[in-house]
Amino acid sequence: MRLDLLNHGYRPGTKLLFALIRAFSGHPLPDAAKLVFYRPGFYGARAKTFTHEAMRGPSAWSIGDRELMAAYVSKVNESAFCVAAHTATAEQAYPDSAKVQAALTDLDSAPIGEPLRATLHMLGKLTRQGTIGAEDMRDVLAAGVTPEQVEDALAVCAAFNVTDRLADAFGFELLSPEDLEAGANYLLKRGYR
Amino acid sequence: MPGDDKKRAAHRALVDHVLNAESTTSAQQRARAFNNDALPPPLHTLISKVVARPAQVTDADVAAAQESGYTEDELFELVICAALGQSDRLYETGLAALTQATIDGRPDSAT
Repeated sequence: MRLDLLNHGYRPGTKLLFALIRAFSGHPLPDAAKLVFYRPGFYGARAKTFTHEAMRGPSAWSIGDRELMAAYVSKVNESAFCVAAHTATAEQAYPDSAKVQAALTDLDSAPIGEPLRATLHMLGKLTRQGTIGAEDMRDVLAAGVTPEQVEDALAVCAAFNVTDRLADAFGFELLSPEDLEAGANYLLKRGYR
Repeated sequence: MPGDDKKRAAHRALVDHVLNAESTTSAQQRARAFNNDALPPPLHTLISKVVARPAQVTDADVAAAQESGYTEDELFELVICAALGQSDRLYETGLAALTQATIDGRPDSAT
């Protein structure tokens, strides 16, 4: 990562934890996970709480849907680290790689339900343009999305508009295909806490 | 009708703490990074990219900010503030549009 303290500035106990995770899992801790261990009282602890609530808290959206939203928002932000991580997690969660790839390649023709398609379009416009209006939201509601589902989708969007920016500003190292699969498996078992 | 929920409360707790907690940078510096407002160059270049074009942040942007006197811990905090600021604006914009759409859709809204 670009700041040396994010590579080496951890307490001895945290460094030991990183080493144990690597030894037992066979995979290095991704930079996204390392970041929240650096001065967790400033950012990491509360960031984990919010992200876990958005991604794993109660919602009418499935975990796969929310991981796809995370991947889609990350694609709009061109965040290579987060696109890869959350594409892999969505593919495992559904499990349906073809559906996820189709949604990220051509949303209009992807084999997904209209409520999810309308929601992804709305999240994409909001993230890309920074603005959205009542008419956009009426389109989403008309597709069969409830107001509560819109709120939940906006929370996912908010979480990944932070993480995408930190991934690219701090320069998270891209993961190998094997590490991506392991990371996705972890996120589906344990979430973001 | 949209309303407060645990997700929004957790987001607000994160934003409030990052902006107001005792930390390395001043609350004023963090507010400026959060709002991408009134920042001196070259910090302005880095923070503006974090807000608007994060994929285009380079090693040189971070190095220039360090060479102008900012420590790594200060940059850690200010970059987080900038990311949270843009996220917060998007979240609030989306929620406001939803509120307007649901108010407009009520049977008595046309009177």
